[in-house]
Amino acid sequence: MMNTILTIALVIMAITLALLFIRVIIGPSIPDRILALDAIGVTLVGFIGIIMIKQDTIVYSDVVLLLSILAFVGTFALSKFLERGAVIEPGD
Amino acid sequence: MKQVKPNDVMLQTFARMLIFIILAFSIYLLLAGHNSPGGGFIGGLMTASAILILYLAFDMKTIRKSIPIDFVKIIGIGLLFASLTGVVSMLFGFPYLTQFFDYFHIPLLGEVELTTALPFDLGVYFVVVGSALTIILTIAEDDN
Repeated sequence: MMNTILTIALVIMAITLALLFIRVIIGPSIPDRILALDAIGVTLVGFIGIIMIKQDTIVYSDVVLLLSILAFVGTFALSKFLERGAVIEPGD
Repeated sequence: MKQVKPNDVMLQTFARMLIFIILAFSIYLLLAGHNSPGGGFIGGLMTASAILILYLAFDMKTIRKSIPIDFVKIIGIGLLFASLTGVVSMLFGFPYLTQFFDYFHIPLLGEVELTTALPFDLGVYFVVVGSALTIILTIAEDDN
């Protein structure tokens, strides 16, 4: 029973990933693509969490935290590049 | 058009809070590498990304003043750590890079297994932090 529910959740998340991928491909503007990539990162975190429950292990728990930090840094850098034109400003 | 100085209050406040969590996570990854996933490499990358968040939220000059570390020297310190742990075991008549471990009783922590693999991992950690930040900062200050 539990396994079926987890599989259904995985399938729903896979459909989400496919839809987000379409948004990355056809997204008319750059911010659309950045937001879609950020959402893909968050969905992958959910994926790893459910796979962790399915395989009955906790060794992927580092990956969850690491992936969310990396997704944050990536979105941060991309949006800063869009707004200012430079990722790291030289300062005055 | 008048150039207005940008005001990133939310960005900078959030970065200040996030730094401590990421640095604590990186030290956890460094120390947990013996018995669970983690180790010097990924811990070093996490520390580098924490300092990178500081550089992103503030600017180059501010952070260079508040973290006055030459990251090229950090690479040298790491290589020194990693090679010295090998040389120390040579001094006692064992082959190069022989690992030793023993159980010690430390107050507050109880029975702890301390190995000489930890200084070697610390060396890897320093080399990864130094080289990642050197690459990023060298590219970042290239254009002006």
